[in-house]
Amino acid sequence: MKFLCVPCDEVMTFAERQIPGDGTLAAVFRCPSCEREMAMLTNPYETQLVSGLGIKIGGRAVPEQPMEILRTSLDGARPDAFVEADAPPAAATLAGDVPIAGRLTWSVDSLERLERVPSFVRGMVKRIYADWAREQGIGEMTPEVMSRARTELGLEGM
Amino acid sequence: MRQIRTYNEVGPGGPTIPEQVAAQGDRLAARLKDIRWVVGIASGKGGVGKSALTANLAAALASDGLRVGALDADLNGPSLGRMLGVVGARMVSGEHGIEPPTAATGVRVISMELFQEGDDAPLRWHGPESDGWVWRNVLETGTLRELISDVVWGELDVLLVDVAPGTDRIGRLLDLVPDPAALLLVTTPSGMARRVVARSVRLVREARVRKVGLVENMTSWECPDCGAQTELYEPAGPDLSGQDGIEQWGAVPFDPRLARSTDEGTPFVLSHPEAPAALAIRGLAAHLLGKLEAE
Repeated sequence: MKFLCVPCDEVMTFAERQIPGDGTLAAVFRCPSCEREMAMLTNPYETQLVSGLGIKIGGRAVPEQPMEILRTSLDGARPDAFVEADAPPAAATLAGDVPIAGRLTWSVDSLERLERVPSFVRGMVKRIYADWAREQGIGEMTPEVMSRARTELGLEGM
Repeated sequence: MRQIRTYNEVGPGGPTIPEQVAAQGDRLAARLKDIRWVVGIASGKGGVGKSALTANLAAALASDGLRVGALDADLNGPSLGRMLGVVGARMVSGEHGIEPPTAATGVRVISMELFQEGDDAPLRWHGPESDGWVWRNVLETGTLRELISDVVWGELDVLLVDVAPGTDRIGRLLDLVPDPAALLLVTTPSGMARRVVARSVRLVREARVRKVGLVENMTSWECPDCGAQTELYEPAGPDLSGQDGIEQWGAVPFDPRLARSTDEGTPFVLSHPEAPAALAIRGLAAHLLGKLEAE
């Protein structure tokens, strides 16, 4: 699937993804020449179909996670199926702490939000958010950073 | 009419779907590289004893010193986890994948039973309540891919794949693992089973699977009092190991203790090593190994 700006005869590039939370998806593409934008809107089963392929419209900001399809799509999952090799830190960064380069700390609020993620996917979600934050040069995870990551990465249901 | 350039003419760009699919293929290939032989255990027909055979074959091969993995590819009716005694095990999830639980036999096992809550959980997915027919098969194929590529199998001599009933499921396995080292087709002597399995024989022949062996299961029953052998089925239907068919690699007699032992999570080949069915499975394991080593 590619989008061609017919007047410019240019392939449009991915610009933005939005997930309103009702199972639909909006992906915006922009013409690099005239900057005209168009949005691709998918209905819930089209969104599910794409998600079932394990692909992200617009490309991936972080690599596909192990068992991503199973962990995000299985209904009736066993909550204690996984032990995460990379468990959340026991304590959040205290105010005034300086983040170590390449390391990521989690605020208390962000850990609380993470706790609300079903345990079957929690470890994977944590890793996705952490990879994204490091890629963005972010040293501390906050609920706002999680919201941005969720939108930009297209993490429906996370 | 104006000329609009085609997909292939416009060059790179767009949503990178082919690149992402290629990356999935690369992950699958990388994982399979550490596995010497992938062997499918299939039929086309349900209820012929594929899973019990897979569990016992895995235990027999492992007890011979091979590094064995067992993948339950029957997503809707999983049973290998229970048969190999790993139900309830927790899996370590890391950056490189999921560590499969190791059964007492040393077999590394992955089954949907490990991911679902409760013994009676049907396979269901989050998603729109209607139009499931549009996306359900895609999710199942994607999940099966993950069960191979996202599991840290480590270096294995053999990965046995218990294929779900249905000829199409054999095709699904071949889509993911196009060149398995061997495929066992399991049947019973009944005409109905043989007719269904004949379709699988044709499919694997057309797919040019390198080594295909027929296993006839539940061939006979031995009276525990007098030792007399009785055929459970009057052999009927096509002769699958005939001139146009495939070589028969094994025949396993019926033994009610096999189902009982395997259901309890103890492979029959270990709990009743001298029973005729156990000896037949061990013979099949040796035959399979001989075929695999004869590259």
